[in-house]
Amino acid sequence: MYVAVKGGEQAIANAHRWLADRRRGPRETQELAVSQVEGQLRLAVSRVMAEASLYDPELAALAIKQASGDMVEAVFLLRAYRTTLPRLAETLPLDTAAMRIERRISATYKDIPGGQVLGPTYDYTHRLLDFLQLANAEVAPPTAAEETLADCPQVLELLDAEGLIEREEDDGAEPYDITRDPPDFPVDRATRLQMLARGDEGYLLALGYSTQRGYGRNHPFAGEIRLGTLEVEIAVEEGDAPLCIGEIEISECQMINQFGGSRETAPQFTRGYGLAFGHNERKTMAMALVDRALRAEELGETATGPAQQAEFVLAHADSVEAAGFVSHLKLPHYVDFQSELELLRRLRREHAKRTEAAGSDVGTQADDVTPRASHSDLVKEQQA
Amino acid sequence: MTSARRQRILALTPRERLAEQWARLGISPDYRCVRGPEVGMAMVRGRMGGTGNAFNLGEMTLTRASVQLTDDEGAAADAKSPLGHGWVKGRDPRHAELIALVDACAKRRDWQAAIEEGLVAPLEQALDAERHEQARRAAATRVDFFTMVRGE
Repeated sequence: MYVAVKGGEQAIANAHRWLADRRRGPRETQELAVSQVEGQLRLAVSRVMAEASLYDPELAALAIKQASGDMVEAVFLLRAYRTTLPRLAETLPLDTAAMRIERRISATYKDIPGGQVLGPTYDYTHRLLDFLQLANAEVAPPTAAEETLADCPQVLELLDAEGLIEREEDDGAEPYDITRDPPDFPVDRATRLQMLARGDEGYLLALGYSTQRGYGRNHPFAGEIRLGTLEVEIAVEEGDAPLCIGEIEISECQMINQFGGSRETAPQFTRGYGLAFGHNERKTMAMALVDRALRAEELGETATGPAQQAEFVLAHADSVEAAGFVSHLKLPHYVDFQSELELLRRLRREHAKRTEAAGSDVGTQADDVTPRASHSDLVKEQQA
Repeated sequence: MTSARRQRILALTPRERLAEQWARLGISPDYRCVRGPEVGMAMVRGRMGGTGNAFNLGEMTLTRASVQLTDDEGAAADAKSPLGHGWVKGRDPRHAELIALVDACAKRRDWQAAIEEGLVAPLEQALDAERHEQARRAAATRVDFFTMVRGE
């Protein structure tokens, strides 16, 4: 328990003033413009938008600048801002097959209609620091092919046509919305995907990795990964044609996993799905792995790994919630701690009495709680 | 031309380019905003596996505006002058207002052709050209993998 305390206004004001100075940095360097963050730290902007659950590159860039590059803080800022806006519409579900492709690869088929398109990727770079960038060397414009890109249909549709993979069909169910009603476990897949889409990338990556290392049955192939831009449409009025309001960058990952099947249905590949705002390839891959792991119960698998425990995975995925609860430990717990001190002193007095009664000189001074006593020492004392 | 098609082109066009092209038409009736411009959000939905049930992915900023012409013709028709509506992603009130104004003007018979030929068509061409260029860049990164025969 923590308690409200008064005072410290001046100290807080001065601390924030110093913080602003720190954020600004040395005055002899130019101030970072939000447009520079938006244009040159695009992957950071993507991550903040995805985890804040609000697509707005300029505001995400502002949040990154304001947070001095602390991504979790930036996500928090943008998430807080979204609560100030009214919701005007819901979009039609995105048709990712219609994406204007920048990157599209499949690890399951070599030859796919439309081809393997690398796009602007860090893959195949040598991960050597580029010292030319220290000198702000100008870069060449991208190459353009003579012909444009052919249509790139969804790779999983190829397997789907043969019936080798489970179909994903729309039964028209209205999705649950965790921003309107808090999730109530157990939750359905639509809710899980909404929570995973805003989940912390590092956390999901670690969980996805754990499934590959054997903590949960999961044998994945990257069926298709695509990044690009997609037009967004809203339904304004009943009967009217949907309206396009612009386009957004989107990343998608379709994982193909080992078989499910039953007495009624023949064995089929199963699927895991990842979708995120912006260019967030690693995030969507991790999300697809975890989505598949969380389908254990639905697919009749025994949940053996942490990544298959829906409540555990989902309740701890949100960095805003996690950082909030961990951060609250910084708030004054003076009264709480005082009561623990009292308890500890009493335990030590009793312990001293017992050892004295046993005729031993080996004991500790009853009131001597020195600041040097380590936590493990205290625990040992308490257990004694 | 349907207003959905026009709305699409105008929303996909950067506001500066739209304003510049619109100014060239010389259509500048008086108007008033009857709603907004208002900044809010749209909940973006995805589909499981790309084709399955919908789920809520996250929100995006969205601005909307509705205007009514108040020039002589509009004033004569009083409140019956048709409304124009504009929707655009992001937080640019001027962009939404401009789309709504064009929408309202396009409902006047004598401006229809000018708007289609002098505004929407050239903006659509510009968009197509940009997209074409981007698709050529993507095509330049298209690869053919060769499977190497493994030695036994």
